[in-house]
Amino acid sequence: MSESQVTMHGAGGSTMEESPYGIPSRKLTMWLFIISDAVTFGALLFGYGYLRTASSDWPAPFRFNPSILNVMFMTFILLTSSLTMLGAVDAAKAGDKAKARRFLWSTMLLGVIFAGLHIREWIGLIDEGVSLFQNPWGSPLFGATFFSITGLHLLHVTGGVVAIAVVSRGFSRGSLTAGHVEATGLYWHFVDLVWMFVVPLIYLLNIAR
Amino acid sequence: MAASKKSGNVIVKYLPVYFVLLGIAGLEIVLAYQGFSPGPLIAILLALAICGGALAVMYFMHLNEERRSLFLTLIPAVIFVLMMMNMLWSDSLRLLHMRPFAH
Repeated sequence: MSESQVTMHGAGGSTMEESPYGIPSRKLTMWLFIISDAVTFGALLFGYGYLRTASSDWPAPFRFNPSILNVMFMTFILLTSSLTMLGAVDAAKAGDKAKARRFLWSTMLLGVIFAGLHIREWIGLIDEGVSLFQNPWGSPLFGATFFSITGLHLLHVTGGVVAIAVVSRGFSRGSLTAGHVEATGLYWHFVDLVWMFVVPLIYLLNIAR
Repeated sequence: MAASKKSGNVIVKYLPVYFVLLGIAGLEIVLAYQGFSPGPLIAILLALAICGGALAVMYFMHLNEERRSLFLTLIPAVIFVLMMMNMLWSDSLRLLHMRPFAH
């Protein structure tokens, strides 16, 4: 019996109305979480755009080396982790636990590298005098928007790594199913998607010339 | 869930999408150094980011393989809410004219 059929028939065996979306409730819940999270990031990015446009002295501190080079590498790492996550979901659906675990650990490793590079970027900016409410270059709100948006994304990456570790362990032990791996994969791809908007809006619009 | 099918080489299947996304990221960086004024640059970068995001949602997140009802429930709602946030822009431009943060 497939997972969506289990959802439709319920634990007691009584027939329930079929979901109009034809997916398990776990996956639908993850999709609903993702769109609410997308709107949260959207609100932050709109707020950032509002402040940036309304400030006449918005700083542009990101030099090609090290900031943009670092961002390029981080993008490569995160996109590659999405690919390994696809492999994990595929292996989990096929019931290949060893392969799924390898892919999940590869994804986690890439996530940890991404977080490390992100923290290195933060430390570099903090060393240059950027804090939440001041910086040496211009509008004091630059630090608040930069750290809140990239910080929320970093929090999502960290949460994703922890979630993947938990799901990997549970799937290996048989307490979690391929559906759990798939839902975690959806979340991880969303983290990747958000980064695609953070890079151009936060970094590339503020490159030092 | 029962193990009912053999694991295929899904990574090879999605490699073209992966390379397109990498290409979009690279193109954004190249364009950022071309000296465009901020308005057109924002429009170009946002358009490319939306293309990348759409590819990720449709292929990596497999929304193209789900029923159309899921797409029609999720995506228009997100676009509608984001478009409503667009109301902020007129205020931000008006504030720039008034120079609210000038000392």
